[in-house]
Amino acid sequence: MNTDANTVIESFIQKYDLLGCIQCGRCTGGCPVTIRTGLNPRRIVYDSRDEEMLEELSNLTEIWDCTTCNTCAVRCPKGLKPVDVLVGLRNMLVEEGVIQPTVRDALESIFREGNPWDKPRATRCDWMEGLDVRIVEPGEEVENLIFVCCTIAYDPKVQVIAQNFVKLLNKAGVDYGFIGEDESCCASEAHNMGEEGLFEMMIEDNTELLNSYAAKRLVTLSPHCYSTFKNQYPDLKAEVIHYSHLLKELLEEKKIAFGKECSDKVIYHDPCYLGKQNDVYDEPRYVLKQIKGAEILEFERSRERSLCCEGGGGKMWVEGTETKEERLAETRVKDAREQGATVLAVACPFCVLTLDDALKAKGFEEEMRVADVLEFLGPFIE
Amino acid sequence: MNNKPRIGVYVCHCGANIAKTVDVEAVSEFASHLPYVKVARNYAYMCSDPGQLLIREDIKNEGLTRVVVASCSPRMHELTFRKTLAAAGLNPYYLEMANIREHCSWVHTDRDEATAKAKRLVYSAVAKARLLEPLTEKEVEVEPSALIVGGGIAGIQAALDIAAAGFKVYMVEKTTSVGGKMSQLDKTFPTLDCSACILTPKMVDVASHPNIELMTYSKVEDISGYVGNFDVKVRKKARYVDMDKCTGCGACAEECRLRGTIPNDYDMGLGKRGAIYLPFPQAVPAKYTIDPDRCLMLTRGKCGKGPKCVEACAVGAVNFEQEDEIVEFKVGTVIIATGYEIFDASKKPEYGYGQYPNVINGLELERLVAASGPTGGEIVIGKGDKAMVPKEVAFISCVGSRDDSVDKPYCSRVCCMYSAKLAHLILEKLPEANVRIYYMDVRAFGKGYEEFYDRVRREGVHYIRGNPSEIFKRGDKLVVKAEDTLAGRPLEDEVDLVVLAVGLEPRQDAREIIDILKLSQSADGFYMEAHPKLAPVDTATDGVYLAGCAQGPKDIPDTVAQAKGAAASALILLSSGQVKVQAQISIVDESTCRGCGFCVEICPYGAIELVEINRMGNMAQVARVNEALCKGCGACAAGCLSGSIQQRSFKDQQILPQIAVLGAMK
Ligand SMILES: Cc1cc2nc3c(=O)[nH]c(=O)nc-3n(C[C@H](O)[C@H](O)[C@H](O)COP(=O)(O)OP(=O)(O)OC[C@H]3O[C@@H](n4cnc5c(N)ncnc54)[C@H](O)[C@@H]3O)c2cc1C
Ligand code: SF4
Ligand code: SF4
Repeated sequence: MNTDANTVIESFIQKYDLLGCIQCGRCTGGCPVTIRTGLNPRRIVYDSRDEEMLEELSNLTEIWDCTTCNTCAVRCPKGLKPVDVLVGLRNMLVEEGVIQPTVRDALESIFREGNPWDKPRATRCDWMEGLDVRIVEPGEEVENLIFVCCTIAYDPKVQVIAQNFVKLLNKAGVDYGFIGEDESCCASEAHNMGEEGLFEMMIEDNTELLNSYAAKRLVTLSPHCYSTFKNQYPDLKAEVIHYSHLLKELLEEKKIAFGKECSDKVIYHDPCYLGKQNDVYDEPRYVLKQIKGAEILEFERSRERSLCCEGGGGKMWVEGTETKEERLAETRVKDAREQGATVLAVACPFCVLTLDDALKAKGFEEEMRVADVLEFLGPFIE
Repeated sequence: MNNKPRIGVYVCHCGANIAKTVDVEAVSEFASHLPYVKVARNYAYMCSDPGQLLIREDIKNEGLTRVVVASCSPRMHELTFRKTLAAAGLNPYYLEMANIREHCSWVHTDRDEATAKAKRLVYSAVAKARLLEPLTEKEVEVEPSALIVGGGIAGIQAALDIAAAGFKVYMVEKTTSVGGKMSQLDKTFPTLDCSACILTPKMVDVASHPNIELMTYSKVEDISGYVGNFDVKVRKKARYVDMDKCTGCGACAEECRLRGTIPNDYDMGLGKRGAIYLPFPQAVPAKYTIDPDRCLMLTRGKCGKGPKCVEACAVGAVNFEQEDEIVEFKVGTVIIATGYEIFDASKKPEYGYGQYPNVINGLELERLVAASGPTGGEIVIGKGDKAMVPKEVAFISCVGSRDDSVDKPYCSRVCCMYSAKLAHLILEKLPEANVRIYYMDVRAFGKGYEEFYDRVRREGVHYIRGNPSEIFKRGDKLVVKAEDTLAGRPLEDEVDLVVLAVGLEPRQDAREIIDILKLSQSADGFYMEAHPKLAPVDTATDGVYLAGCAQGPKDIPDTVAQAKGAAASALILLSSGQVKVQAQISIVDESTCRGCGFCVEICPYGAIELVEINRMGNMAQVARVNEALCKGCGACAAGCLSGSIQQRSFKDQQILPQIAVLGAMK
């Protein structure tokens, strides 16, 4: 046996604490995609203990089924993170240069243009057109530095999240600043798709950029950026918060208020990256509750038991072993309709996209719409 | 002190434990040239009979006045060798030990260096040995009575044993009745004896035994003193019912305006009682109590046109003027038997406990299957037109056990078996039901347990290996989301009832006793025994013992065994009537003490107090050590700013030379 390989393997076992696993099955039992894919995280954890199998495992299509929702890690009684094992296997594959073309495009785009959507950096701020947006320069003091997110910046379906946020910030007189064209992807999805090298590079670059502002807080619009900056960027100086934290604060301080009556029945879907991964459950609900007349409903599976929409974990770019079973996002819109909701509110651009697709696939457009909290509250801002 | 001490040095091989790493021959040769050393020997096992004989002979023949044993830790054998000295007529405190095993041979590999270190350790012990002073151990009388805190099966058993041996027992129970958790159980694994049938007679015995003074609805407020002589203060809470008059007839409860409105804790809130109540029919004492937080008279001063209980009571036992009573007494020993609490399953929100009425915990199911329970033993969930008899039943094991995510890494030891028992009881009552138990491992370690597990499986209880991750509702079914790990099959199992096999955890109020007695807790939060194997019922505080689940999760057989063990330990003390107290205690030099009180704060045993003395015509405050309380930990001596407190055998003038030679010999 080659000693070098041996140390690498050893570190795979150690890195993911694989020997701590008692094969209880909570990870697989909790994993939302196991009912419609071939993925079984418990088996992967088990098999990964065998050094000889790692390569074979990394070639399994089902390792791409994982949405990185993190349920497995939250439920594990022994503190393992099966999701990290899956990402670790993806990483082995990427290191060997075996990458699906769609993934390669996304990764290259992050590297070249700072976003995974294959869009030029120069158009990153197009969404700002017609808005009075304050952009800050490095070194400038600013209380709230806003981080937009690539998806929100480029995808016309969700740009309204950022646009409404600007209006709100201006109205409330918040000390804020956007980064502008220099803003680059948090690289959460690069990490999830196994491109650890790129991820590390982006951490370094972004940390340098973000620390160059004298900002107290970094306010993120997407839970994916929020979670990544908060948990995977060790050296950021600013406190990382999600926009719902700030909105709650502004509402409590009465800096913003909602006017117009609302007649919607709103059901809130907890994004995995906000809820399960960071225990942010109450802030978005608090914000929705301030809208007069809005009836707030709850999913049967909400908060800690929220069902993943399958938008994360690179699922925007890769296919796994999904079967014809109903997509989770479809289950979700069906459940929302059963509860009588007219608005399915979320606080995540990925959730908006997957749930909106599902809504259309189900043909529920007449009765219900999907909206980010920031999008939904737009008309009610006083 | 003898100016010319004659020292014997004995270097132990400890088989190969020491001799393998330390050149014992060289060490004894080295020792033989040290000042005042008359003999130096090495021997295979100094603690053995022949080893000890060597020392005794030398004391006699060579006229030794000090002995140094270079061997293991004094924790191991200091007492052994003190006895050796005493047997040869030498004061046992003329012994000094050099730990060349734990501090040397076990932690080093280089033989030369280890030998050099062993020499230094021996030299420093010799340097101290010549300065040792003779000490005498005082004996104090033991108060011939015991306090038992907690009236569960552990406390009950210990009380009955001590009382049967002829000693007085004071039992303090927090709730209105003795019995503890066992009184809430229906039947008990593995033999399926009815819990009440085997427990109730013991409960009655506790109340009627002439040697036992039972105080229920009471709380220990303070315990001071020391082994053999504890002063106890107990608060007997007002029951608002005269215990001497109440006959337990229950007429009052029938009439109470709040009858059937207040959740009864005994029934896990599934049954309802009034403001005046008996928690369960077999409660001991069978005396009623008024709930001061609910009673209309006590909370608002008014109950309709007048309290109905007063009207109903033929003997005039209700008394709203009653007040708490403080009782004080002395005991020689204390047994802590305060039991456990069950894990609060709402801390695992993925299981929906507290949200779905048909997700219940094991203790709730015990009440549902018990004939004395709120449903008369019928397994129905919900009431009225929502009432449902479950057909599909799932148990989930290890809820709040073996789970780092809720900070409960330990196994609770009873849940596997009580799940098997309850599954059996469900099948007995609902033969049509399909019962499955989701498990990670089945731990059936006790006598007859594996056999019981075999039995329930063959009865049709289905074991599925996999710990469920989530429960949610779909229609009127509960979905258990899990994986059958043996088949590698993820599944969504639709059931009517989920039973969470919740684990055992330390009581939330565990601190009350810790604050009073300075007990320690082990990492799991239960009270810590003095040694996990060899002193499982003792605590670090002399005269205080542990019994039952207060020390850690246990089934009833182990609880009773431990209770009997604690009773036996207490009885050793009680029946010998006398106890030796520590001789190496601290003493205050009252001529130099400045009375700053720093030591009073430092002492973890509350053994030091400030007293006023007349110092050459001036009144001065000085510290004084209560010799019976002092454990000889030395914290005060290390802390004293003026060097006025010294610990016997560890005085500055004794240990400074010891340290000096260590430094000098490089
Ligand atoms: C659902 C379930 C089913 C079980 N089934 C079985 C079974 O079938 N067979 C079996 O062998 N074991 C079974 N067990 C375990 C059994 O309950 C315990 O072994 C047993 O009750 C332990 O007794 P204990 O006296 O140590 O504690 P407890 O029963 O908890 O009694 C402690 C007593 O101390 C009192 N107390 C607490 N603090 C104070 C204080 N500060 N001052 C005064 N009093 C205080 C309490 O009020 C209580 O009365 C089961 C456990 C559960 C949870
Ligand atoms: S939940 Fe954790 S311990 Fe259980 S099988 Fe999965 S990785 Fe192993
Ligand atoms: S992160 Fe989510 S999708 Fe991925 S394995 Fe874990 S539970 Fe399954």
